Amino acid sequence: MRATTVDLALDTRGGAAGRRTLGWTAGGLSAAAALAGGFLAPTDAAQGPAQRLMYLHVPAAWVAYLAFGVVLAASVAYLIGADPRWDRFARAGAEIGVVLTALAIGTGSYWGHLVWGTWWAWDPRLVSTALLLLTYTGYLALRRMLTERTGSRDGDRPVARPAAVVGVAGFLLVPVVHFSVLWWRSLHQQATMLAPERPPIDPRMGLALLLAVAAASVVALCVLLHRVVRLERRRSVPAATPADPARRAPARVG
Amino acid sequence: MIRRPGRVALIGVLLAGGGLLVTSALRDTLTYYRTPGEVLADPELARERVRLGGDVVPGSLRHEGDLVVFKLTEAGHEIVVYQRGVPPETFREGESAVVEGRLSTDGVFRSDHVEVRHGNEYRPAEVGPSDAR
Repeated sequence: MRATTVDLALDTRGGAAGRRTLGWTAGGLSAAAALAGGFLAPTDAAQGPAQRLMYLHVPAAWVAYLAFGVVLAASVAYLIGADPRWDRFARAGAEIGVVLTALAIGTGSYWGHLVWGTWWAWDPRLVSTALLLLTYTGYLALRRMLTERTGSRDGDRPVARPAAVVGVAGFLLVPVVHFSVLWWRSLHQQATMLAPERPPIDPRMGLALLLAVAAASVVALCVLLHRVVRLERRRSVPAATPADPARRAPARVG
Repeated sequence: MIRRPGRVALIGVLLAGGGLLVTSALRDTLTYYRTPGEVLADPELARERVRLGGDVVPGSLRHEGDLVVFKLTEAGHEIVVYQRGVPPETFREGESAVVEGRLSTDGVFRSDHVEVRHGNEYRPAEVGPSDAR
């Protein structure tokens, strides 16, 4: 049996079993990554224990890029085929990406406090990352606003189409964030694992970092699938009170 | 669901935040720091408060009262820095740092803020004296 991501997102017994397996994989990888990052990897010579924040910060940032990549792909797919399922992938991807970007900024800020000696700097990498967070928060806010303004449900065409356009455009920022440390003078160090000529990194540190990125990717995939199924269930239930005028009234607090 | 005034306020805050971020950021952000070479070539550049980045010259670091004195170098150009206040713990000779302040007419850069830049190389701390040759 071949299970694709889309099969795993089905609200069926097979899909649920697949998601459970994936959940265990995510748990196992996370445990391995925690052990590797916490104990196997040696303490860094220059930065001391603070460098271990890398095993949280880098996966958060990388998987946030991946999540925004999901938003991009799903938005393009929606614009082509208008299949509401892709819209659910886009929304779930944006939610995950926003949380992970915030996590990357938080861990990075603490790391900066410990090693750079400052919580925040008006530096190209930091500023572009903040803009990225703002953009996808705006994407989610736009969805909410369109839902309320048009009186349609999230996932309907009046919401999904403009959202898909923003979802595609927003991705333009991702390469800006990633290459900001090369294009401009920055306080932030450049990439290590993805550098064209990889600078020296202790192999145990490299392993811990790769494990952490893998674990974060699989955990994020799990969350994505569960979220897509949840959004689908919410839609397939006929709106509880379709004729309820309160649903359309924008003044309702809920 | 958020009520309309709340929504308008939220969007307003987001827009204002974005605008502030962009305008205040772009001014200094794209060139986060100046190099010693640039500042020596055009000292007027550093009469206003600027950031100066370079490597801390080994052997140049000393303490004079509450001043920390060192040289920053980049591509053969050096500037003497008088730093008021304690630099971060990670501050070392041979490592890269960014200081914030202005160039005095005597050619000394007087700063009051140090940020330590670190490279993208990671290696374990020496385990013991047996490692040292």
